[in-house]
Amino acid sequence: MMLDALYQDIILDHYKHPHGRGLREQFDGEAHHVNPTCGDEITVRVNQDLSEISYDGLGCSISQASASVLHELLQGKDVHDASEIHHAFVELMQSRGQIEPDEEKLGDGIAFAGVAKFPARVKCALLPWMAFKDAAARAGVEVGASPEVKA
Amino acid sequence: MTFDVARVRKDFPIFEREVNGHPLVYLDSANTSQKPVQVLDVMRAHQERHNGNVSRSVHTLGTESTEMYEGARARIASFIGAGSPDEVIFTKNSTEAINLVAHSAGQFLALKEGDEIVISEMEHHSNLVPWQLLCERTGATLRWFGITDEGRLDESQLDELVNERTKLVSVAHMSNVLGTINDPARLVQRAREVGALVMLDASQSVPHFAVDVWALGVDFIAFTGHKMLGPTGIGVLWGRFGLLSEMPPFLAGGSMIETVTMARTTYAPPPARFEAGTPPITEAIGLGAAVDYLTGIGMDEIHRHEQEITAYALDQLTAVPGVRIYGPASPHGRGGTVSFGVDGVHPHDVGQVLDALGVEVRVGHHCARPVCVRFAVPAMTRASFYLYTTTDEIDALARGLDQVRKVFG
Repeated sequence: MMLDALYQDIILDHYKHPHGRGLREQFDGEAHHVNPTCGDEITVRVNQDLSEISYDGLGCSISQASASVLHELLQGKDVHDASEIHHAFVELMQSRGQIEPDEEKLGDGIAFAGVAKFPARVKCALLPWMAFKDAAARAGVEVGASPEVKA
Repeated sequence: MTFDVARVRKDFPIFEREVNGHPLVYLDSANTSQKPVQVLDVMRAHQERHNGNVSRSVHTLGTESTEMYEGARARIASFIGAGSPDEVIFTKNSTEAINLVAHSAGQFLALKEGDEIVISEMEHHSNLVPWQLLCERTGATLRWFGITDEGRLDESQLDELVNERTKLVSVAHMSNVLGTINDPARLVQRAREVGALVMLDASQSVPHFAVDVWALGVDFIAFTGHKMLGPTGIGVLWGRFGLLSEMPPFLAGGSMIETVTMARTTYAPPPARFEAGTPPITEAIGLGAAVDYLTGIGMDEIHRHEQEITAYALDQLTAVPGVRIYGPASPHGRGGTVSFGVDGVHPHDVGQVLDALGVEVRVGHHCARPVCVRFAVPAMTRASFYLYTTTDEIDALARGLDQVRKVFG
């Protein structure tokens, strides 16, 4: 069934048991992003060295699980590695399901390959990643990719 | 002839298709309605056989086109009980119709600091943002009615809210989220006492039950074609002729003029004054055909059917564990638009699981974010019905919600 591609167990697990949720007091940059069509919101805070990435938000399973996966993948990485992972995730989300994700790089992020086949949900998955990129920029770190086409 | 939903559905080709391997269950008519073959045929025939520009051609095609365009205006006028077709202005949608009033009536009223505009918390953004902008431009103050816990317009502060400073009141005739039908009688009476104009956003009412502008006693109503079996790109502003004829133009250009010199211009009387440029001709004719179709079935019949479907849906949804309905709990004083939440599941996820089962609902804030804020939720799931909705489709929705609870349980 098509739904199984979207709601993989990994995604539902991250949604029900999010990693690193809750905003920390210590941070160098913060960004608040909203999805104006559905009202989803996320706030992401980062330290300049990416040693701490915290977030809080309201939204669907895809956006919230994506934030949890982002936290797991990027916290504690150096800027170069974080940037590579960010690029790989954005590329995967824009692939319309046409590329095979690299599990070594994306970990649980590969579960989002199915989301890429649902154009209306791509922006849900990208919401935390774009907020992270802005938060990092405000902390003085250039990291990650911007989507070429707004979903 | 009695109303027969099965026969009605045969007029709508889209119901022959499947979605994700399931028969289409279309429960998003408050968003946009489906189109009967009678409307599609009229539009196609116009393009194939009669296409010419309106109101400016001496040739046969232009004359035929103008007759059909003006004929649609006349039928729409009689559909809403307007005094004359000249009170019906074609716009591109309700949003444009409301913006037209916000600009032209705003200018006519010479709004200034100290004046007040009154709306409500249950407005679609299209009946909210234009008034915010008007207040920004003029220094007038925007005020609003609240919503009761039952999802009704809170008129308890009516006399204070609508006062001698009030210049215009604009509220939804029926809420696009809560389904509430607002009876404007008290509001109109109060507005008359203080000399304020009254506008109704009738986008959700005109498609679903008989609306008579003179019986309502208001000054303006706005509605849109695509929610009433017509095409997109065509909407209507109805206004009292006396008012329209005092109002300055909104958009300027061809068709809206009387005499033009290089230095200045005088304007045509309504409705032409407010229809600058080549209008959406085929779309207006399509809307005329939609009005013919609705009239042929009967608006009272349609309303009765939707009331039955709504009562059934409220019962079915209430029976699903974890479902909370926002808005009036009984079919009394409400239409066939039902918004709800499923405990612990975000509306996007509800909508996605339903879509996999062929059930098309709307999720999000429905362009009425303050309503979601009022009920302290980021978004809602909305099922909305029309003359073609069946109890089987409501059953499919209820089964879909069981599936939602399984996926996210």
